Amino acid sequence: MSKNGSLTVSKATTEERVQPARRSPRLNLGRLLLEGRAFLALIVVIVVFSILSSNYFTVNNMLTMSSHVAVYALLAIGQLLVILNGGIDLSVGSTLGFSGMVAGFLMQGVTLKMFGDVLYPSVWVVVIAVILVGAFVGLVNGTLVSRFRVAPFVATLGTLYVVRGFALLMTNGLTYNDLGGRPELGNTGFDWLGFNHIAKIPIGVIVMIVAAAAVSLMLNRTVFGRWLYASGGNERAAELSGVPVRKVKVWVYVASGVCSALAGLILTSELTSAGPTAGTTYELTAIAAVVIGGAALTGGRGNIRGTLLGAFVIGFLSDGLVIVGVSAYWQTVFMGAVIVAAVLLNAVQYRGGRKKGRRAEPPAGRATAVPPGPEAATTQTRG
Amino acid sequence: MTTATETPDGIVLSARHVVKTYGGTRALKGVNFDIRRGSVTTLFGENGAGKSTLMKILAGVEKPTSGEIVLDGETVEFNSTVEARDLGISIIHQELSLAPNLSVRDNIFMGRELQTPYGVDFAEEARQTAKLMEELEEDVDPLTPVSALRLGQQQIVEIARALSVNSRILIMDEPTSALSASEVAVLFGLIDELKSRGVAIVYISHHLEEALQVTDHAVVLRDGSVTAIAEAKDIDLGWIVRNMVGENYDLGEPPPEDFGEVALSVRGISVADPANPKRMLVDNVSLDVRSGEVVCIYGLMGAGRTELLEVVAGRGASAAGEVWLKGEDLSGMSIAERLAKGLGLVPEDRQQDGLVQTMTVGRNLSLASLPRLMSRLVLSRGRERDLVEAAIGSVGVKTAGGEAMIGSLSGGNQQKVVVGKIFATNPDVILLDEPTRGVDVGAKGEIFRLLAARAAEGLAVVYSTSEVGECLSIAHRIIVMSRGRIVAEFGADTTKEEIMAASGEAVAV
Repeated sequence: MSKNGSLTVSKATTEERVQPARRSPRLNLGRLLLEGRAFLALIVVIVVFSILSSNYFTVNNMLTMSSHVAVYALLAIGQLLVILNGGIDLSVGSTLGFSGMVAGFLMQGVTLKMFGDVLYPSVWVVVIAVILVGAFVGLVNGTLVSRFRVAPFVATLGTLYVVRGFALLMTNGLTYNDLGGRPELGNTGFDWLGFNHIAKIPIGVIVMIVAAAAVSLMLNRTVFGRWLYASGGNERAAELSGVPVRKVKVWVYVASGVCSALAGLILTSELTSAGPTAGTTYELTAIAAVVIGGAALTGGRGNIRGTLLGAFVIGFLSDGLVIVGVSAYWQTVFMGAVIVAAVLLNAVQYRGGRKKGRRAEPPAGRATAVPPGPEAATTQTRG
Repeated sequence: MTTATETPDGIVLSARHVVKTYGGTRALKGVNFDIRRGSVTTLFGENGAGKSTLMKILAGVEKPTSGEIVLDGETVEFNSTVEARDLGISIIHQELSLAPNLSVRDNIFMGRELQTPYGVDFAEEARQTAKLMEELEEDVDPLTPVSALRLGQQQIVEIARALSVNSRILIMDEPTSALSASEVAVLFGLIDELKSRGVAIVYISHHLEEALQVTDHAVVLRDGSVTAIAEAKDIDLGWIVRNMVGENYDLGEPPPEDFGEVALSVRGISVADPANPKRMLVDNVSLDVRSGEVVCIYGLMGAGRTELLEVVAGRGASAAGEVWLKGEDLSGMSIAERLAKGLGLVPEDRQQDGLVQTMTVGRNLSLASLPRLMSRLVLSRGRERDLVEAAIGSVGVKTAGGEAMIGSLSGGNQQKVVVGKIFATNPDVILLDEPTRGVDVGAKGEIFRLLAARAAEGLAVVYSTSEVGECLSIAHRIIVMSRGRIVAEFGADTTKEEIMAASGEAVAV
């Protein structure tokens, strides 16, 4: 008798609690505005600057600004992967600069002492080599974080300095100029990345779109994407569910390094010169783009769409301020204000989300009374 | 349930027709609740019945939507816990609210440091702390950082903090959940002492038997309403449970004994304490479980149950011993490989280890089965949807659907999701570490029935528990662990007393 009886009782009590907090339509509009805030911010930026300057909303300017955005966006895509994992990658700006320097070095020709020859690698070899350099920096970060359990902030802060130092050491701080290559050496075409267009769209923007599409597909449709969201949301639970959390962790840093290298290639190509200080503080721009795009720095939440929008907001805003002629010092103030506003809105959004979850009384009793960690495991009875 | 039948004398604090709504949910539906001087009033109820909400209102953490709080015959309104504390009301939360980086002294005087013109009077604070700890029979230096204390000791510090403000009314929300049997005995002695000093105590616990020992007045809350009030001398366990769920307490029976081959064989597992390598958390444990068999591992906190199950599941690297699954040695295999072979663990702490809170119900359910859901490099959405729907159906999760956020579910349903996640991998052996922790009685029964049904189909089930009542449910065999060793083994026909005696637990205080 009681079997069926208690089953129905619990049904009645749980169903009441289960209702996932249906909101009134008005609140839903607010929610929609909140979730679409990066998009709204972008519209506002475009509208305001179009009013302030007739040169702003033109096809040419849009394309120019987009190719600036491409560099930020590539860094931000890599950064997003790391942030989804609950980490942070401060080394992306340095990796960008170092990648450019490696490209510059290779384009100048490599002197092989053994043979007394100068080797001029073709552009594709240079591109692949630079991507491998980026991947290697990422591998170092990933290994430090996952195998040696160094806090991501500290590990990547270290690589930020080391990699920047190597970039400066390569030329003692000088810049590689004129990376156009020479036809007789068969290494022309490096400027293709930065100057060419396909259907009027700069190559850099196309690279950004392809990278974004590939990463978006990876996040939404592959097992790795799901592993990433899961291990960023709760690493311990993911591990117990069979997710190879350490492998995932290494790979996100490698991916971030590759994205930085791509960004470095595009920037170097656009400038046809490689300076060792290129990309300084870009790591912060990338993090800002990810945050404006609604990702949570605690991991597990965020998507490519938001991150791209975040990169566009930052790029279009800073270029707009330049076009309108606002002083560089004020630009800094504006950027800071936008970032703080974005983080505030993130806090509002995720607090809202958590409240929804709290509606059901927090699982009482022992579940919440025992904090994680070794204390719980090593507690011993004296009885 | 009116107070007219009680003597108004001795009532220090009352809730009158208290209603509390969160959004559209009515957590409390007009509750009357009295607390008497020098006695223990215990509040019983399932999760979600509104116990914690009522306590938060009495302690000034939250304000009632309507109704009033009467203190010493006068209506009062608390705007903060500080105001409530100044009026002599303290609450010990079920979640520890200590700063682990600070010392015992600093925690006890947190927010009300003894100030002199020359700064904080640390010496006096330390003296008072030492005196308090002495009263509580806990030998702890006031300058020890809280992080260095065992969980039970931390709970004692929490209690000391409440005592240090000379509370007249002390609310204890699950105070014993982290305490060992001897510490519980000390706490109960202390409660008696406080009663004789005239302190009014409100006690909340999921350990019904334990709570019954200290109770003077019992109040049962169900779905936000008081369903029963009685004197402790007039009631027993059955009465409480009946009023809590409105049903008899039944966690099911062992499924038919139709065992197959040995599915899981654990041989000589030992795990050392990472903090003290000489001490063994699990000491040379061997265990065979056949398919279709349900084994319960009973033990107090710290008996080594969790460590044993985690090592078997593949978490934690260094351990002596072997784990064999269906005749195959699993040594050196990762958690993922063991899952693929058919061995899965439902961890003890569902919030920390079981669920990914940022994901939906469906994504939590499919998480352990992802490699199987691949179709040409990408996840097959169709197959995932089928798996999620099947899992929701098979474990009976009450949810709006796979797209609902995991946080929108009640504790019991969240636990079913964790169980469903492992079931979805089609395991041969399932390990469950305290599967009913923080789960209400109704959902407990459902989870046990699910396990029994799967065992009847040939699944080998091993679950651990610290509630002796749960041993005598679906288990064919009950293994008692104490200090890392298996100390006794019983069949399903054993008694609670036998099990508790074997575990070294005092049968009665």
